[in-house]
Amino acid sequence: MKVFLRSTVIGLLGCLACGLSGCTPQNSGKGQAKITVWHWMTDRDAVFQKLAKDYEQKTGIKVNFELYAPSDVYSQKVRAAAQGNNLPDIFGILGEKRDFSSFIKAGHILDLTPYMEESKGAWKNKFFDKALAINEFAVGNSYGIKSGIYGVPIDMMTIQMLYNKDLFKELGLNPNKPPQTFSEFLEIGKKIKEKNLQGLVSGWGEVWMIDCFANNYAFNIMGKDKVMATIQGKVSYTDPDWIKVLTLFKEMQESGVLATGLVTMINKKAEQLFANGKAVFAFNGSWCVNVYKGMDPNLNYGAMLPPRANDKLPMSIWGGAGSSFLVNANSRNKEEAVKFLQWFTDKDQQAYLSQMINNLPANKESIKQLPGLLAQFSKDTEYATHPNLWEVSEFPAVIEAWDKGIQSIIIAEKTPEQVAEDVQKVKERELARKRK
Amino acid sequence: MQQKLKSTLENYAFVLPAVTIFFIFYVIPFIWVFQLGLYDWDGILPTKIFVGMDNFKEIIFQDKIWWQSMLNAGYMTAIALTFQNILAFLLALACDREIRMKNFYRLIFFIPPVLSEVVVGLVWQWILDGNYGLLNSWLAHFGMQNLVHNWLSDPQTALTAVAAVHSWKGFGWGFLLFLAGLQIIPRELYEAARVDGANAWVSFKKITLPMMVPVIIMVAILTILGTMQVFVLINTMTDGGPAYHTEVPVTRIFASMRGSSRFGYACAQGIIFGIILMALSFTQYRLSKKARN
Repeated sequence: MKVFLRSTVIGLLGCLACGLSGCTPQNSGKGQAKITVWHWMTDRDAVFQKLAKDYEQKTGIKVNFELYAPSDVYSQKVRAAAQGNNLPDIFGILGEKRDFSSFIKAGHILDLTPYMEESKGAWKNKFFDKALAINEFAVGNSYGIKSGIYGVPIDMMTIQMLYNKDLFKELGLNPNKPPQTFSEFLEIGKKIKEKNLQGLVSGWGEVWMIDCFANNYAFNIMGKDKVMATIQGKVSYTDPDWIKVLTLFKEMQESGVLATGLVTMINKKAEQLFANGKAVFAFNGSWCVNVYKGMDPNLNYGAMLPPRANDKLPMSIWGGAGSSFLVNANSRNKEEAVKFLQWFTDKDQQAYLSQMINNLPANKESIKQLPGLLAQFSKDTEYATHPNLWEVSEFPAVIEAWDKGIQSIIIAEKTPEQVAEDVQKVKERELARKRK
Repeated sequence: MQQKLKSTLENYAFVLPAVTIFFIFYVIPFIWVFQLGLYDWDGILPTKIFVGMDNFKEIIFQDKIWWQSMLNAGYMTAIALTFQNILAFLLALACDREIRMKNFYRLIFFIPPVLSEVVVGLVWQWILDGNYGLLNSWLAHFGMQNLVHNWLSDPQTALTAVAAVHSWKGFGWGFLLFLAGLQIIPRELYEAARVDGANAWVSFKKITLPMMVPVIIMVAILTILGTMQVFVLINTMTDGGPAYHTEVPVTRIFASMRGSSRFGYACAQGIIFGIILMALSFTQYRLSKKARN
């Protein structure tokens, strides 16, 4: 019995010791630094590993890229690690600027401004302004963060529209002249319906892409200032301009320009449909160039801005930094981590990354040799905006009500006016909660 | 006296590891989750704002989507309790007889439950796809063009379609438990009934059904608990859409944590959901016990 009791106690203590050892911060060993990077980018992992080997050869510092996918899993892992102070030397955050600011306030992210400003801003000046802006907090920002640069962009992206040139010919349209206005776009919908083809495909089942599409038109119809005023609670979502934005979805549904089943379509499925030549239009990010190339290297398609609904204001698209890396402020290897990121975002490495995975580099000097379609995406970054660039951010509950409301309009369950009222109610509830 | 104390301590020592594990992994997390439910916290910041019962009040009195998700899960549970369990019971009855290849059928019926839920969700999403899905293709091929439908994107059919897939995936568990229950009914009872002139229906009604009540209760409780907590299938097939038509409580809890970064609120949802599940199971158990008596 005594033996049993003793072994039970020892066993429990052992378990406790093992559990506690799991909480030990990483890279606590002495000697040559080893940098650990957590990421979620499945398509880039092989290229990252190759660059890590190059860096080790050059400096003797081992860089360990650890992939955690899908992105939901990665996101939860980073949050859990932040709670346990177990974050790696370098990591990324998938979320809104609000989350980014919480990580900074919690002391997990290193302020990179001094490194960026070194040697007359040599590192900072390598990047496109829009790529860097997502990682920047301006003076007097609404998040209460000390102004500065807190992240390193590794690529850029824009989300815009694509069209299948072969299907355009089949519809009797000029493949080099995509629709410029919303009414032209809706007219094509009628032809698509007649020919029994699929119209616009996109990952609107993953609601954030609906948000992105709707935001483009909100900027086009009412301009940035009014959108920001709405987020600040100064303009109601029941304002006629917002109802106009919602009505566009109703018009698209009625014209037949939207693919069937769009409201529950995931982006991967949308990419398959477009790459297989089953859909005339797609709404997708610049990463699609690599995806489509993998699915059908001969796909004949072009990129276009979403057709304008209002001639008086410019069309905006979501874009800017695609993915960014951040340095753990509590890492013992933060200096080495910064040096690695400086090397990683240098012209040659960025050009290699861009060439291998067909993305838009964040480094200005690497952009010279972009192939045709990527060059078009790159050119369109001038129209890019992004919620993470705005000084204010909308409540997540309002965004959800807005996106789900648009789904309701597409399935003809609610009118634009009803959705606008629902969204405004959620907005008022959230504002009241904030005031508490 | 000392001997008795020693004996008692020895007995406690045997259950101590299990109690310790239960305490560490169930009781403490439950208390922590409840405690977090009293705070407004984004899951990242080291500071939490105490809001008392506000999260609980908001869920109960303001969050209509939460209650809609509860109704959706209830609808799926109703389908599982009826369609899924009746099918499982009938198949178990069939396999309990002396039929050819009964072991093969037993194996086949148990395949869906052991498949990965993610894989099942993705495969069925492909089968039910409104544009190029296998089901629509078969319907069109067999001249039933009028039945071709956008199964997962139409609010009229989305939840039922997911519920049907869930039932298909889950009926194997019920089948296995029912079969095990049927096999322990003494055969002599059926022989005696046959000697007394009872036909198959009377034997079923007077012997099989009463003897199976404990198994039926257990399967029903497991079905309720399993279906109310459905998540992966919804996540892979519809992600709660179109609009909120296939949202279930666990997707809402996940949305509160992932989308809204309201960890405190998500914890409060988890506590309320847990209490509802316990209440449902207890009610079901009491009702079934009453019926059995």
